[in-house]
Amino acid sequence: MDVLAELKGVSRVYRKGKERVEVLHELDLQIPQGDFLALMGPSGSGKTTLLNLLGGLDKPTGGTVTVGGAELSSMSNSQLSRWRSTNVGFIFQFYNLLPVLTARKNVELPLLLTNMGGAERTRRADIALSIVGLSDRAKHYPREMSGGQEQRVAIARAIVSDPTLLLCDEPTGDLDRETADEILKLLQILNRDHGKTIVMVTHDAQAAEYASRTLHVDKGKLESRVAA
Amino acid sequence: MKFFGFIWKNAWRKKVRTTLTILSVLVAFLLYALLNSIGYAFKSGADIADAERLVVIDKVSLINPLPISYQNKIAATPGVESVTYASWFGGYYQDPSNQLPQFPVDPAGYFAMYPELKMPSEQLEAWTNNRIGMVVGEEVAAQYGWKIGDRVPLQATIWTKTDGGRTWEFEVEGIFTTDDPRGSTGYMLFHHDYFEEARAFGKGTVGWYVLRIAGGANPVEVANAVDEQFANSPNETETSTEQAFVESFSKQFGNIALIVTLILGAVFFTLLLVSGNTMAQSVRERISELAVLKTLGFTDKSVLGIVLSESILIMLMGGLLGVGIGWMLVQGLARSPLGAFLPGIYLSPQAIILAVLMMAAAGIVAGIFPALKAMRLSIVDALARG
Repeated sequence: MDVLAELKGVSRVYRKGKERVEVLHELDLQIPQGDFLALMGPSGSGKTTLLNLLGGLDKPTGGTVTVGGAELSSMSNSQLSRWRSTNVGFIFQFYNLLPVLTARKNVELPLLLTNMGGAERTRRADIALSIVGLSDRAKHYPREMSGGQEQRVAIARAIVSDPTLLLCDEPTGDLDRETADEILKLLQILNRDHGKTIVMVTHDAQAAEYASRTLHVDKGKLESRVAA
Repeated sequence: MKFFGFIWKNAWRKKVRTTLTILSVLVAFLLYALLNSIGYAFKSGADIADAERLVVIDKVSLINPLPISYQNKIAATPGVESVTYASWFGGYYQDPSNQLPQFPVDPAGYFAMYPELKMPSEQLEAWTNNRIGMVVGEEVAAQYGWKIGDRVPLQATIWTKTDGGRTWEFEVEGIFTTDDPRGSTGYMLFHHDYFEEARAFGKGTVGWYVLRIAGGANPVEVANAVDEQFANSPNETETSTEQAFVESFSKQFGNIALIVTLILGAVFFTLLLVSGNTMAQSVRERISELAVLKTLGFTDKSVLGIVLSESILIMLMGGLLGVGIGWMLVQGLARSPLGAFLPGIYLSPQAIILAVLMMAAAGIVAGIFPALKAMRLSIVDALARG
């Protein structure tokens, strides 16, 4: 299987005042196209930092990050912004929908960065909402929806520009078990039927079971591999 | 334009706060519109002044009259083509609140001096032949509904008559207009001869002289020559251009331009503080949302643009409303009795264009620091703060 993302010797060091904190230490990782990878580990282990590097939200202090042939570590901030808008979708623990916009308008947001006309944007947003099963909630505001519905809208927003890579940071961390399972099944469908490569950070072992493989991160290193 | 809906929604995120901010912007630009129009009224006289006309007033004060005997001496001064005169009457119609400028003048001489004033020749002739005749500007005629043939009594506030009365009777003989769009017709003219004959005091004097310089004559030399004739006399003169005269007349009310500038400066400074605070709060409240936008692929510059556009939009909403209301009030004021005190009160297109530019500039100034903060936002830090 083709490799979609590759991290080579990646380190990430932060400075807190005079203190030097190494969150990731010379980490190597390959993520094949179509993979559904769960990243587990204790708080502060570097999972989210790894996710941020894969999504071009952060840059490594050492090593290289390559996604879809693009070397993110050498890109400028504006190049990274443009790259993100077409190549990666983000799903957060707390959904991060914009409260002033309806579900449809939230989903349309990434398309504002394209040259699409208004009608085409709406059409695509409606398709994305139908994939996550929320066609009937298009005109609802986030405050009018349940947590599970909000997360579905966030997923629709993540897939509306048809990126190859979905990055999920604790996508079920704020949901009850039943709703979490629904969201995870939806992610599985996106992986299996729509060919999305998914990297999911989670604390939840049950959630990780939905992934095709799980990696443990601890103290900035990949510790072990566990077959799903 | 595709971002407009998004920016509009964000601007109204806190409806009460946005409404209050818009109201403060509205008040600031309403004041701008009113003060600018008043300033324009004071300035317009100077703007339309004729460079070939000089005004001769008493050297000590405009309110000191000059002897009527000066007319021939001024007319004989080299470089002077013609001379006329006028005085300030200061009366009201029916009620003291109905004051309007009135000037006793020499009919033929005055109209010859001000060719921009237009009136049918038969009306001019009728007025010339009627000692108690008066002509009124079309603004005045429209305001009081006067028409030719009407008998109009005016109450004098300064000039009592020889019989001790203060009621001066006039007959409307003409209605004049002006072909200068900036000129005012908010005043009336009547015979100096009638004024001279009927007033109880001040006989043999006029308020000021107006002279037209001959073609090719140097205005400074003519002015000096006029003033030298009356040097060391009981009524020394000061001759200046009509523009300088109008400006010095306006300055009797204070330096209007400076007052307007100071008031507006204070208002706009406060406005910037209020709206700057609104934008700063608005950005602080949605740090994580701005981080999400950046995560989705919005560049630093587009985030800067969105926040700045929001600030400019709020300014434009309040500002355009304020200028619009101001324009309506100025229109109403110009047509009301108060308009007689401010002939030429007008909100000019230039002032409106300047206002729109000020709205945009104020929007940028109020929004620039929050916008820069949003632009420089670190996605990772902002998302971590949640």
